[in-house]
Amino acid sequence: MDLLRFVTAGSVDDGKSTLIGRLLYDSKQVFEDTLASIQRASEARGLGDMNLALLTDGLRAEREQGITIDVAYRYFATPKRKFIIADSPGHVQYTRNMVTGASTASLALILIDARKGVVSQTRRHSALTSLLGITHLVLCVNKMDLAEWSETRFNEVEADFRAFAGQLGVQEVTVIPMAAVSGENIVDRGEHMPWYTGPTLLEFLETVETPDHVSHGALRFPVQYVLRPHTDEFHDYRGYAGTVASGTVTPGQEILALPLGIRTRVAAVDRFQEQCASATNGDAVSIRLTEEVDVGRGHMLVDPAHAPASATRFSADLCWMSDTLQLRPRQQLWLKHTTRRVRCMVESLDDRLDVETLERSAGPASFGLNDIGRVTLRTMEPIFADPYAVSRDTGSFILIDGSSHQTVAGGMVREVLAQAGAPA
Amino acid sequence: MTTETATRGARHTELDMLEAEAIFIMREVAAEFERPALLFSGGKDSIVLLRIAEKAFWPAKFPFPVMHVDTGHNFPEVIAFRDKRAAELGARLIVGSVQQAIDEGTLTEERGIRASRNRLQTPVLLATIAEHQIDAAMGGARRDEEKARAKERVFSFRDEFGQWDPRNQRPELWSLYNGMHIKGEHMRVFPLSNWTELDIWHYIEREALEVPSIYFTHEREVFERDGMLMSVCPYLPQLPHETTFVAPVRYRTVGDMTCTAAVRSDAADIRAVINEIAVARVTERGASRADDQFSEAAMEDRKREGYF
Ligand SMILES: Nc1nc2c(ncn2[C@@H]2O[C@H](COP(=O)(O)OP(=O)(O)OP(=O)(O)O)[C@@H](O)[C@H]2O)c(=O)[nH]1
Ligand SMILES: [Mg+2]
Repeated sequence: MDLLRFVTAGSVDDGKSTLIGRLLYDSKQVFEDTLASIQRASEARGLGDMNLALLTDGLRAEREQGITIDVAYRYFATPKRKFIIADSPGHVQYTRNMVTGASTASLALILIDARKGVVSQTRRHSALTSLLGITHLVLCVNKMDLAEWSETRFNEVEADFRAFAGQLGVQEVTVIPMAAVSGENIVDRGEHMPWYTGPTLLEFLETVETPDHVSHGALRFPVQYVLRPHTDEFHDYRGYAGTVASGTVTPGQEILALPLGIRTRVAAVDRFQEQCASATNGDAVSIRLTEEVDVGRGHMLVDPAHAPASATRFSADLCWMSDTLQLRPRQQLWLKHTTRRVRCMVESLDDRLDVETLERSAGPASFGLNDIGRVTLRTMEPIFADPYAVSRDTGSFILIDGSSHQTVAGGMVREVLAQAGAPA
Repeated sequence: MTTETATRGARHTELDMLEAEAIFIMREVAAEFERPALLFSGGKDSIVLLRIAEKAFWPAKFPFPVMHVDTGHNFPEVIAFRDKRAAELGARLIVGSVQQAIDEGTLTEERGIRASRNRLQTPVLLATIAEHQIDAAMGGARRDEEKARAKERVFSFRDEFGQWDPRNQRPELWSLYNGMHIKGEHMRVFPLSNWTELDIWHYIEREALEVPSIYFTHEREVFERDGMLMSVCPYLPQLPHETTFVAPVRYRTVGDMTCTAAVRSDAADIRAVINEIAVARVTERGASRADDQFSEAAMEDRKREGYF
């Protein structure tokens, strides 16, 4: 049985949490005590006999305000598939929490209120999911009950959204009319929209194929930790523990150790009391090398024939997430990329993305909360990066403010650049 | 027959993914913090956590102590199991004692029929963390357990008062965990965030892990309170109408005896437990934790104060 991770997105109150509640409830995934407690909470808050959004809106403040503040993770399985759901907040103030949920998803449900149609937050969230490399969007045209179950209205909303998605370059868009409160087209079809003949949301989620994100297939092994047991039995053992970010590693294979630039061979690939014939992307192993080299945390073992760039200057798209700090040229921050943390400096802010028009305006003076745009960064020491479009694991990074220690940005490497002053 | 093999094979792939993720998280902790510790209660989740630790650092020993907050009201079977397991692994065991804090006068025992030491665990946990200068405490909590936990990050930041601020969590993108903090602050880390109760039992079965005997059916003297079966014990005063009887029961979670209830069950081995959970209609906390029933946001409130 395979696993699908998806995220909800869209504007505040468009019905994301209600939809997830409905999906869990109608597929009989809600336990009796949980149901009883949301019934009690709904009645106590005057929300009718059962508000399904409370299945994910679990924080006190969320229930008081009737909105989602932070991502809730829910796990559920049907006989066909296992799912990890991240239910995100729609409020613009909590966009960074939506980005948190979307960063590990391979599909996004974009909710729209059928009466309101595509609004600014719909565009912002769609742009973010696309930037994060999510290739499959399901447009959930919700609250069809308030739009008289109208096919015409549905078609209008669909056309509007498809135009925008086309501009974004999103290829796979599936559009489903629904009503989360009453459940039409979520698990069950219902009787109000006979004109819709496509799949229900659950049918679609159970069968959709999403691509694997690693596409170049060359070995990338970020070293996390060096294992030196110093025991009699393993006296000279020196293993490099880590998780294969892409490609395959096999004993005997030649590798290049970065940043040392040394070529050597893999002596063994160990995994708890066993030697493996090979390890591939996602496997947590320990690699021994044939020669003693001074490899440590933050180094990377890679395929010598397809090595990543050793980058000290590159352009990247950033989602700026701090409400207190503004990003400006020459600012210094910590950058964490794979298992490596280095100092970095902002060389320039190159453009800012307008989520309404998808136009990029050149030369912004600063980035504030929720700004998205292109920057040029320089690092004190090289990072071993691939473009994000090629590899999520080796193309993503976060920026950390050195004084507050807050995570202030998520970044995606677009292009590695020549050193400043050097010929391109 | 064929289907059974097929689903079991598939299970392994999912468990492998969850295991690899947990190992990755634990290695990040070992690499980024100076004084991490693993919270080990002897319960099923922390047993899995300990197995992950063994695997993540093999053939070396895991580079951190294990830590437990003992309320003095724990199940004796579980405490015995905790000590045995720590000794087998040669792990250093740090125990924070609620009883000792009460004896020293730093904590006051709750009074009344519903008195429990559950809440007193938090100050003792925080004091133990401070005393040993622990900068990352790894726990076995899972997001599927409870609605506030469903919202918590894998690396969950605690301020100098040990508090969790659910309205202001750090963004956590991809698997790039940010462990930066200053002295006095610390991180709670949950490598099993994405596991479900069923995953835990499948893993225990696959790895043939030993668990305390109270997870399986046994005859026990119990009485009923608020629809739950509480074990007869010296720490839990019974009301006149709460009559004692003997029933075949097991525990779905293990915690303080004053607030952990048993469930009727005749599941005698791991397979039987898995079959039971696969069709359960009540969550593990709903079935066995009196401490969550007090109010709508009981867990969130305790977590804010610094609970596990
Ligand atoms: N009439 C009608 N109301 C709906 C439908 N779906 C959701 N609602 C209502 O819309 C309101 C907002 O729903 P939520 O599910 O909380 O919205 P959300 O998108 O999760 O909001 P945030 O998470 O705060 O962004 C609630 O009052 C729901 O009952 C629907 O299909 N029809
Ligand atoms: Mg919501």
